[in-house]
Amino acid sequence: MITAERKPLDEIIDYIKPFSRILLVGCNECVTVCAAGGRKEVGLLSSALQMAFMKEGKVLDVKELTLERQCDPEYVEELVPLIDQVDAVVSMACGCGVQEVAKRFKEKPVFPAVNTKFMGASERQGVWAERCQGCGDCVLGMTGGICPVARCSKRLLNGPCGGSSNGKCEINPEVDCAWQLIWDRLKSLGIEKTYEEIVPAKDWRTSRDGGPRKIIREDLA
Amino acid sequence: MKTESVLEKVLAAGHLAVTSECGPPRGAVPEKIREKADILRGYVDAINVTDNQTAVVRMSSFAACLIIKQMGLEPILQMVTRDRNRLAMQSDIIGAYSHGINTMLCLSGDHPCFGDHPMAANVYDLDSIQFIQMVRKMRDEGKFQGGDDILNPPKMFIGAAANPFADPFELRVPRLAKKVKAGADFIQTQCVYNVEKFEKWMEGVRERGLHEKISILAGVTPMKSVGMARYMKNKVPGMDVPDELVKRISGVPKDKQAEEGIKICVETIEHLREVDGVRGFHIMAIEWEQKVPEIVERAGLYPRPKI
Repeated sequence: MITAERKPLDEIIDYIKPFSRILLVGCNECVTVCAAGGRKEVGLLSSALQMAFMKEGKVLDVKELTLERQCDPEYVEELVPLIDQVDAVVSMACGCGVQEVAKRFKEKPVFPAVNTKFMGASERQGVWAERCQGCGDCVLGMTGGICPVARCSKRLLNGPCGGSSNGKCEINPEVDCAWQLIWDRLKSLGIEKTYEEIVPAKDWRTSRDGGPRKIIREDLA
Repeated sequence: MKTESVLEKVLAAGHLAVTSECGPPRGAVPEKIREKADILRGYVDAINVTDNQTAVVRMSSFAACLIIKQMGLEPILQMVTRDRNRLAMQSDIIGAYSHGINTMLCLSGDHPCFGDHPMAANVYDLDSIQFIQMVRKMRDEGKFQGGDDILNPPKMFIGAAANPFADPFELRVPRLAKKVKAGADFIQTQCVYNVEKFEKWMEGVRERGLHEKISILAGVTPMKSVGMARYMKNKVPGMDVPDELVKRISGVPKDKQAEEGIKICVETIEHLREVDGVRGFHIMAIEWEQKVPEIVERAGLYPRPKI
């Protein structure tokens, strides 16, 4: 899933200071799962913003709506009946959702209330970690199902650097060395010999380096 | 001979090679490089010039190499994949070669988080093994990484690093094998303090006959003080300093610790030169270049062969 974290309250207040009526839009997908921008967080942020305005002797009218999927134009349409009643929109979705709302309502300012972080998985309650960088040419088949592009700090494709120590990355003892994990996994699969095949220089065109990406499925389009 | 590299010639003639290194200055002070390199004149076969080591901005390795070359000495161009993509690396390589620089060391480089610009984007378009492959392709096939022909291809003698002390230990010989396969000609290792572990690694290297395919220069760094020994032990990732060594240095008075450090360094060289497959030494006297001639002499590596 795409993970996100709510922005500091002061930053959000800074965005909406000039306005008195806002639409606070959550999303029921990834940001709900990572507890950053679902219905519950919309409610909490709404109260926090109204209280902050009250302290300043101002009134903030907040309309709340959490869409099924904010990155889908079909669901964004549900905002149409509310949009004329507000001065600005604050989105609690990932960057994709924010942009869909901004695209649909050209005359309304739209502000993000979360920082979109990464594609990751839940490690345990309340902890998410990066797993994929969307490089567009998956290497997991040769790395034992552990991604060096996303999980090695130097995205090395041919093994660990000289800074791998006790299974941890040199940048931070909290970070696992991806190549230690890969090596352990290759061994448990009995295919550690495959490590010695050189992975050639990656073609980064399939990643962000090739410019903004798009998928066109002729069979569906 | 694959190249005009003095280092290649020294190794080919069967001598134990000696290299050392200069960290370029943090500003436009070319005289600093000249001072450091002058100290090494006649005592080493070639001088590594680091490339923004520990991710701290310094004079570029290429520029400092050029200064050293102009002094009639032999620089080794260090290059990391952290700061440059394959376009920038290849253009610098042909640029360096155009100035007679013919030996280089291919590294991934320390992560930016260790340096003075932790906010910088890191590049890592290639890893060190892909980097070696690229330089070999430039030399042996006369082609850029992208496939186009190069006019007068750069003939670089290709170095790489190996750290026998990093984890997982059992992967360190296979990793060397990959660097050999990619086309590296010589290796400079991480500083050897844990001689026993180094020998164990060398055993694995010999078992696979890798020592016959690549020239391994063992890295050594003299300790200036017990403080430095502790720092290396506890703070430098991938460094293995045994407790006995720290104890030995702390066992002598403060004003004798530097001498004890030099002594340990010389003893290490004397011990390692007997290890089958060790083809030379890379003496990294960090901001202590003035001690290199003494180490080289005391270790019996002086005079250097005339090539």
